[in-house]
Amino acid sequence: MIIEIIVSILIVCASIFMVLAAIGLLTFPDLPTRMHATTKSGVLATCLVMIAVALYFLQTDITARVIAIITFILITAPVAAHAIGRAAYFAGVPLWPGTVKDELGDYYAPESSSGDTDEDRPEEITKDENIYGQNKNKP
Amino acid sequence: MLELVIIFSYISLSLALLLAFIRMVKGPSLPDRVVALELIASIVIGLFGLNAIDTGVSAYLDIAIVLALTAFLVAIGFARFIQVRGACDN
Repeated sequence: MIIEIIVSILIVCASIFMVLAAIGLLTFPDLPTRMHATTKSGVLATCLVMIAVALYFLQTDITARVIAIITFILITAPVAAHAIGRAAYFAGVPLWPGTVKDELGDYYAPESSSGDTDEDRPEEITKDENIYGQNKNKP
Repeated sequence: MLELVIIFSYISLSLALLLAFIRMVKGPSLPDRVVALELIASIVIGLFGLNAIDTGVSAYLDIAIVLALTAFLVAIGFARFIQVRGACDN
């Protein structure tokens, strides 16, 4: 009985998070904001459903399989999101006009299609300089 | 109580699937469609877990494992494609 209540709470939380991810994907104006909506809450909802499955069955092999699924999703989802976001940024997908900060734009020339080369940078970054945003020339 | 919760969860996951499908149809660029496809894969993994609870058949978890692997490979492949070819609109 206790197990059923916990499983029900986990399933309801997972479906709410999944619907929120889909609503964010549909209504946000921009590719990075859409990825911000989908990646985190989608992964969280999947992990909650898998924990509910493990608690519902309470067997050793199913729990091992659930742990494997959760580990795999937690490893691969940020990698896939990073790859897609990076490729889309360098492919020139337009950002939202109300974007406040675009830090990567300072370090790559806009006409470079792939960001793999070093000579596209406008200036060399020295070791002492804080590379996270506090650039001397652009206060 | 668990039956009602399972029915509610089926309905809301189907709603999420519908919303993600709308974004995949009208997404203005190719990476938007890829992100929608990834969310659809996550929703279907959740549906398989829910179906495993509903029917009591634990073999659906194997399908969930394979689907997670396939979704990751699809995302990496599309990212490589976008980086080589550019985000071709339409």
